[in-house]
Amino acid sequence: MIVRVVMAGLLSLGVTVALGWAVLDRPAPVENLPDRVASAMPESGVEHPVTAVLLNFRSYDTLLEIAVLLLAVVVALALREAQPDRPEQMGLDNPLLRAVMAWLLPLILVVAGFLLWAGSYQPGGAFQAGSVLAAAGVLLRLAGGNLGWLDNAALLRAGLALGLLTFIGIGMVVMLPGVPFLTYPDAHAGTLILVIELTLTLSIGLTLLSLFRLNPPYADDPADARTQGAPKP
Amino acid sequence: MIGLWSVPLLFALPLSLGILSLLVVPKWRPRLIFLGLPLLAAASLDVLAGLATVGPTVYRLGDWAAPLGINLVVDGLAVGMILMTTLVTSLCALYAWVYLRDHPSSTTFFWPLLWFLWAGMNGIWLAEDIFNLYVGLEVMGLAAVGMVALRATPQALAAAMRYLLAALLGSLAYLLGVALLYGAYGTLSMAGLQEAATNNATTQVALALIILGLLLKTALFPLHAWLPPAHGGALTPVSALLSALVIKASFYILMRLWLVLGPEVTPEFTAQFLGVLGAGAVFYGGWMAWRQHHLKQLVAYSTVAQIGYLFLFFPLVTNTGPEAARLAWDGTLMMLIAHALAKAALFLSAGNLILAVGSPQISHLVGISRFRPMSLFSFGLAGVSLMGLPPSGGFTGKWLLLHSAILSGQWWWLIVLFLGGLLSAAYIFKVFRMSFREGPQIDRSVTPPLTLDVTALILASVAILIGLTAHLPLHWLRMGSVFGVG
Amino acid sequence: MSGAISGYLVFAWSGVLLFGLGLFGFIVHRHLLRRLLAFNIMGSGSFLVLVGLAQDGRGVDHVPHAMVITGIVVAVASTALALVVFRRWYRASGRTDLPEDT
Repeated sequence: MIVRVVMAGLLSLGVTVALGWAVLDRPAPVENLPDRVASAMPESGVEHPVTAVLLNFRSYDTLLEIAVLLLAVVVALALREAQPDRPEQMGLDNPLLRAVMAWLLPLILVVAGFLLWAGSYQPGGAFQAGSVLAAAGVLLRLAGGNLGWLDNAALLRAGLALGLLTFIGIGMVVMLPGVPFLTYPDAHAGTLILVIELTLTLSIGLTLLSLFRLNPPYADDPADARTQGAPKP
Repeated sequence: MIGLWSVPLLFALPLSLGILSLLVVPKWRPRLIFLGLPLLAAASLDVLAGLATVGPTVYRLGDWAAPLGINLVVDGLAVGMILMTTLVTSLCALYAWVYLRDHPSSTTFFWPLLWFLWAGMNGIWLAEDIFNLYVGLEVMGLAAVGMVALRATPQALAAAMRYLLAALLGSLAYLLGVALLYGAYGTLSMAGLQEAATNNATTQVALALIILGLLLKTALFPLHAWLPPAHGGALTPVSALLSALVIKASFYILMRLWLVLGPEVTPEFTAQFLGVLGAGAVFYGGWMAWRQHHLKQLVAYSTVAQIGYLFLFFPLVTNTGPEAARLAWDGTLMMLIAHALAKAALFLSAGNLILAVGSPQISHLVGISRFRPMSLFSFGLAGVSLMGLPPSGGFTGKWLLLHSAILSGQWWWLIVLFLGGLLSAAYIFKVFRMSFREGPQIDRSVTPPLTLDVTALILASVAILIGLTAHLPLHWLRMGSVFGVG
Repeated sequence: MSGAISGYLVFAWSGVLLFGLGLFGFIVHRHLLRRLLAFNIMGSGSFLVLVGLAQDGRGVDHVPHAMVITGIVVAVASTALALVVFRRWYRASGRTDLPEDT
């Protein structure tokens, strides 16, 4: 154990020192990407540079990133053990929480909508809005709300698939005039990006919520939440 | 524009099919291969046709030029890898279609993972942007981990977890390297980096991180510990895909980045050091393979050994003169492709043998040669290529590497090639000796479905054939690289 | 070579420290949850280096911002996947670490 700590310490110290050296010795860059981003902004269809990079200039990265999220859910579905997700297992039976939730939920939904809309001209966008949406679901679940409608496998999967399918579909449809994949026509770029962001928000929210919900505590194992517990016989 | 539709289809189609396979009823999931395989084969061939007629091109996604946008590189190397992936994955998918009927619990999610894995691999072969490569690596890596975990036995889960930790650590090291490179040069495009990169501490540390991360993902000795349980313990078609293709992806990135940055910014000993690690892999992997009692574990350790040969690329290509470097490039790629074909064939036929005798133990194979000659024949053919006997792809690859080593005066790598071949012969013949031993006179073994035997046989035959017709693929693979003509 | 520590370089330095700390935790700990936490700390370190180093002396650069968002999504997905596998492993074996003998 001590040997491992010492070795790990030396290794991570070495890596840190090397990294520090790398940071100090950094050469002056040749390429000025911010300038290129700035000059291409008028053609991007949005006003906020981060959104322009995420959904136009480097939208292919975002496409693959959504695939990564979806993959996590596929594995979660694959490793799921058949057991009902009953609210009472996780729900905190607290009347105050429920009362607050009734006020909070609509507010959260409005915030999510705002973040999505704001993405086109200030920080915000699909992932942020989707995360807030998922947080609303998690909160609802913790308050003992019933999310049984998510057990409808067809509906759930359609919702998960919506974002990526729309993204790929739009990327392909815009190719019809003979331009490369994901080349939005200048006149419609803003609208297309908004459609993609809207569907992505729903799918990302559902994806994150599913990741939380697909593995509820095991009904027959009260110690499950405590990973420090002794091994089962 | 060449490949206007076929290039994006190479990743968009598998992604769409992956989603579609989540949406359709379970009975239809496997059947999507009959839609996907012909289309992907057509797209791959179209890209090859474009390469053969017009030469290497760059595909500008979103019509933005790098470094603002993400470009895809459609050169000989990328197209070669795409064709290899299409062939191997198609045959493994056909195999899985039949094989998974006996594993109903795993089938449901095998198919979406397979399509995502394919999309990730094609994304990596085409990528020219180092951050895009990171995302591609994650798509492929997480799909691969999911496939290892599919069996959901404790062994499979532990193997998947170990694989995941290695993959995540590797990705982070790679990402940090990318962060340093972007900080230093303000571009993520390989072409841009090649122009801009100079020899300084930032580049060196970045490249060291990237190399270490990718070595971990490629499972080069001594960073290989995660590989045997993951590859040896997975479902047979999964083992074949992971060993044949997935580990090649990180090596491929390493190869490309080395030619872009390597020799200029790394200290002289780096290339030799990578070669020495490769030699260690050949010896250690071969020795461990010979010691295994489980058939698939033997094949998995054989992968650890075979990865080693690929790393002879670095000492043979660095500062050795144009002719030796070209031979090293040809030889390494021949080894890579031959190993992909032969290892897929070896895993699939090993799966058939296990299916036949109903046990993963090598000692239970006694007498199987009499009853299942076809499964054993595929295993043997694939073994010929792994041992490097003529006239196989493995032989051609080793022959080219040998010439390169002689030409550059690095005789010590000849020892690795020679002893490595002997070790492979030892573990392949270990299986054969058991199979040809006289055993029970009554056939108690199960007959695997014909599809399983045929797919393994096709892969093994191509591994042999590619050695006979190496000239043309090697010519294509050189197109667009520094070794290409014109 | 940039001499003095600019505002942005502070982020890069913190990133370097976080990565080193995370790496130490990743190697030392055997409990899988701790290793995942360490992985996430390393991830945050990389993101800070990505944003801080690129902006030092050059001003705001939105490209690394977008890359970090992508990176965060990937990290979330990886962590979720790891937790799913870990929970099944714990359920099956009762262990919080991996068997070391392979």
